Amino acid sequence: MTFRRYMVLAGVAFFAATGDGLIARGMKQVGNVSLHHLADIFLVVLNPVIALGVLFLLVFFTCYMTALSWADLTYVLPATSVSYVVLTLIAKFGLHENVSLTRWLGILLISAGVGFVTQGPAFTPPKEKSGDLVAAPLPARMEP
Amino acid sequence: MKSLYAWGAIAVIVLTSTAGDVLLSRGMKQVGDVGELTRRIGVLAVLARVLKNPNFLLGVLAMATAFYSLLFGLSWGDLSLVVPASTSLTFITNAVAARIFLHERVDQRRWMAALLVAGGVVLLAV
Repeated sequence: MTFRRYMVLAGVAFFAATGDGLIARGMKQVGNVSLHHLADIFLVVLNPVIALGVLFLLVFFTCYMTALSWADLTYVLPATSVSYVVLTLIAKFGLHENVSLTRWLGILLISAGVGFVTQGPAFTPPKEKSGDLVAAPLPARMEP
Repeated sequence: MKSLYAWGAIAVIVLTSTAGDVLLSRGMKQVGDVGELTRRIGVLAVLARVLKNPNFLLGVLAMATAFYSLLFGLSWGDLSLVVPASTSLTFITNAVAARIFLHERVDQRRWMAALLVAGGVVLLAV
């Protein structure tokens, strides 16, 4: 993992959280979408705050696709879940939602999960390429 | 009733975004390391290669479904419930799906990470 790759992962976390935050703020402005007026859900992107949120999510998507081109899905997702910490801060200070102590504890557990996964390898090598490497230690293991 | 709608939306988001994540991951692995490819063949050629990948396109379709379900969910529930609950629950379904469909080595460390995040989700929803 290079510095550049860590920056891509940071980009995934940052733009996911801020994009979701902007869309949530926009949806609160738009109000409830009724099941009887389903077409309205496609018009909400005309709201400027939601439009900006969509733009941020596009940047997130580019970073996410870049990360998935060189890292496992089960590495990228937990590694970038630091976005929940950012999201909670936005919910608390940007949207003035009530964030209880239990929710903060939840954020703490998620952060611990991030710590676990980032200490391991980022990528599972394809079987055909790693075949020789995997086969090599086997005889050694069979020795008494 | 409103929270029932919110949890219904969360269930749809989890299923569609798991399918989307798996398809996108498979598609991007087929495309190859984007950074290295960009240096070799240029941004536009990489973009064309990504956009021509069927797994990528199916993944985007699944993600779009998840996105619009998210918009419904956000209009029915709090941001700090709907987003962490739905997106984090996909950690468990993604770990299972990545092991089965992508043949990723989901070792103890990755399971631990998935479970910690799932535990965090339960606390977020209380």
